[in-house]
Amino acid sequence: MGADKTSLVDTFPKLLLVNAGRRANRPAIREKEFGIWHTWTWSQVLDEIRPFSIGLAELGVQRDDKVAIIGSNKPRLYWTMCAAQALGAIPVPVYQDSVADEMAYVLEHAGARVAVVENQEQVDKLLSISERLPSLSYIIYDEERGLRDYDAARVKSFASVQELGRAASAKLKGQNWEKEIARGKGSDIAVILYTSGTTGKPKGVMLTYESTIVSSRNANVFDGLTEKEEVIAYLPMAWVGDHIFSYAQSYVAGFCVNCPESPETVVEDRREIGTTYAFAPPRIYENLLTLTMVRMEDASAFKRRMFHYFINHARKWGEKILNRESVPLHARLIYSLGEIIVYGPLKNRYGLSRIRVAYTAGEAIGPEIFRFYRSLGINLKQLYGQTEASVYITAQPDGEIYADTVGKPNIEVEVKVADNGEVLFRSPGVFVGYYKEPEKTAEVKTADGWVRTGDAGFFDPKTGHLKIIDRAKDVGRLKDGTLFAPKYIENKLKFYPNIKEAVALGDKSDFVTVMLNIDLVAVGSWAERNNVVYGSYQELAAHPQVYEMLTAHVDEVNRSLAQEGPMAGAQIKRFLILHKELDADDGELTRTQKVRRGFIAERYAPLAEGLYSGAKEVDLSIEVTFEDGRKGNITGRVKIRDMQRHPAADSAATIGKAA
Amino acid sequence: MRAPSGANVAAGEVLLAAQNISLAFGGVKALTDVSFDIRKGEIRAIIGPNGAGKTSMLNVINGFYHPQKGTITYKGAPRDNMRPYRAAELGIARTFQNVALFRGMSTLDNVMAGRTLQMNKSFFWQCLRFGPAMQEEVEHRRRVEQIIDFLEIPHIRRVPVGRLPYGLQKRVELGRALAMEPELLLLDEPMAGMNLEEKEDMCRFIIDVNNQFGTTIALIEHDMGVVMDLSDRVVVLDYGRKIADATPNEVKQDKTVIDAYLGLPH
Repeated sequence: MGADKTSLVDTFPKLLLVNAGRRANRPAIREKEFGIWHTWTWSQVLDEIRPFSIGLAELGVQRDDKVAIIGSNKPRLYWTMCAAQALGAIPVPVYQDSVADEMAYVLEHAGARVAVVENQEQVDKLLSISERLPSLSYIIYDEERGLRDYDAARVKSFASVQELGRAASAKLKGQNWEKEIARGKGSDIAVILYTSGTTGKPKGVMLTYESTIVSSRNANVFDGLTEKEEVIAYLPMAWVGDHIFSYAQSYVAGFCVNCPESPETVVEDRREIGTTYAFAPPRIYENLLTLTMVRMEDASAFKRRMFHYFINHARKWGEKILNRESVPLHARLIYSLGEIIVYGPLKNRYGLSRIRVAYTAGEAIGPEIFRFYRSLGINLKQLYGQTEASVYITAQPDGEIYADTVGKPNIEVEVKVADNGEVLFRSPGVFVGYYKEPEKTAEVKTADGWVRTGDAGFFDPKTGHLKIIDRAKDVGRLKDGTLFAPKYIENKLKFYPNIKEAVALGDKSDFVTVMLNIDLVAVGSWAERNNVVYGSYQELAAHPQVYEMLTAHVDEVNRSLAQEGPMAGAQIKRFLILHKELDADDGELTRTQKVRRGFIAERYAPLAEGLYSGAKEVDLSIEVTFEDGRKGNITGRVKIRDMQRHPAADSAATIGKAA
Repeated sequence: MRAPSGANVAAGEVLLAAQNISLAFGGVKALTDVSFDIRKGEIRAIIGPNGAGKTSMLNVINGFYHPQKGTITYKGAPRDNMRPYRAAELGIARTFQNVALFRGMSTLDNVMAGRTLQMNKSFFWQCLRFGPAMQEEVEHRRRVEQIIDFLEIPHIRRVPVGRLPYGLQKRVELGRALAMEPELLLLDEPMAGMNLEEKEDMCRFIIDVNNQFGTTIALIEHDMGVVMDLSDRVVVLDYGRKIADATPNEVKQDKTVIDAYLGLPH
């Protein structure tokens, strides 16, 4: 199999034909249903896709038509992607939990001809908006339940479309199917993925076969993935990550994708499969860890002591062993004993016994959590990607793992940092453009192929890795020109369990200040253990000992900022602890629990002034909304602490230069 | 949720008929001269204020109580001195007002318990990990898994039911009743103590059971909205007497029913 031959295989349907020949009896996809795993080999997958694809053609689907795919990760929905692509049609996966109105926008914008959906819930949703979707002629469903009495002319079952295809190919029409596949080229649009769009309407990112296949191939090379991998597909199909991990990389490498029984059974299903390659956003790792710690609290004293002994040992040596550094023999011996008694069973619980590579991405992960998994011997790494890049921009190579970087540029990816701190990239995975929105495409894509990510970052002078600090539009500068990335500082603070929220101020000011919110659960239990008496949140927040504790945290953050080149100048000079918990009901947080920095700065203007005026204390009265809608006032005196600044680590600090 | 299909079941065949049922515990008259019927394929609601005799009526139907007077005709055959296990054999399953599950057993085992009646291989074979009993078990497990899938509870398959929230326990109980593949399903306050979302889920399951398996359902319920949406016909009891028997809309406008619910003196 020379490289020249594989390069001719430039679309997913062609890859399917190759896999069905070369890996005919290897598992391609599994689904757990009725408590049992069902497996389809590559040749069986071809036998499923082929009639469905011909059936779609019989229903009138043609080249460049859009086929919407709505539902959770199910084999038939993945097959639909390839079936549509075989006809030259373009699959458009849609987030299945979007409300009807959002869905209507996407389907209308894409002009979907056919929608292939999971179940009655989605069919009902589509029927409720059908007058807005004149181009949608058929709805095809996977699960039959509750759909027997629907209008069969418009709403069809997956199996009935396959029947249609089988009947048609019996009449020799099937010959054309392979010809249709051969007509596909690498430069064709393979898929349109709508970005969930935190601001404004979602945009349809068009990716070609070339960009997805080359990106996937490079990613497979980067992590040495083979046809033997097992992955579990549980993240939304409309998200680029799942599209690349569970579809593109699987077709390119020929590995097996496992579809869980239901979204609630993922942990259990992962355990049964034993995935070798995994991806999850940080909160999933956080939840697993919290669950473990909570369960351990309920375990017997002996087990608990054993657990903590070995976990502490792993904290000390585990990462070094994973990174193949030199470790004394006795530490290795204890570690291998721990592997048998604690780490192994724990990994088995997580379904990570056989894991080779696990990624976390999307947002910053707490260094403690990150190290915990690595210390158990799980090769957890970070990557940075975007829909516009077919995922991969940077990733951490094996052996070069840091909790706070996102790694080095992937194979064939170029990355640079603009003067305003924004990260730009150029790669074979770059998207063609936003569907029907050339002006928006022009905003992010330069003439010579660079794409603006909208994220600000810098290359860490010590490791050469990229660090993402914030959204570019939120990044400001201090009066002396130092880069000020509020979210980066806030995240560092929020990794301390005692700090629930942090708001960093400093744009166009002389120095950085922060307002903190204590975490009532963590600080409350600390107070209980240390006999600190308090009557209210306000009293606890103002307690001198709490201030002491948080001063230590802020100092640690300053120390770590001092180590980080361009960020050294953005150390925290003054901070205060708010006397009230930030709350979405008061408009201080968004409904997704993100701080609304601008609003808070206005609402707490006296505090903000105090932070910069040098005052030691500020009196403040704030209107609050109670849960039942009544309004009231919280009045209080808030103390402000001054902090020591640490000297910057090296002279590269002021430059913030790119590789 | 759906338009009551009263018109087409009204002409349907009678599955169970109660004639002039009277039941007393000592001096307390729980039911007095109650007659009504349940037709094949319908959802029949039994409503009434507290203490009206609704649960007693269900207990009479599945043979737990024996009325002093009156007869129950099931599938055309009159019966007397019915025992609950005999009712179960004849295809009558029920759930209870207060959940009655095996709390220490998993969801799967609880639902499997609903199939005990259909398992008939001898103790000898059941001791072996091969042979006819094993095949039987596999077949029953397949059916049970379909029910688990149907009720969307695969994630709690292995969880002891005692650890489950109340709404899910109710669903497991429905699953156990369904495992019997009953012809007549008696539900005693299936939505009691549930929040709105759980109620909506339960309604959907009841409709799906009725639609997909063609199971006839008799249910007791306090939530009027639920009754009006779900049922084809409603029988109203008050102080052990039948005061109305009609479609939900008619019952809603019935003067005696309104009085009974508002607590007018008798």
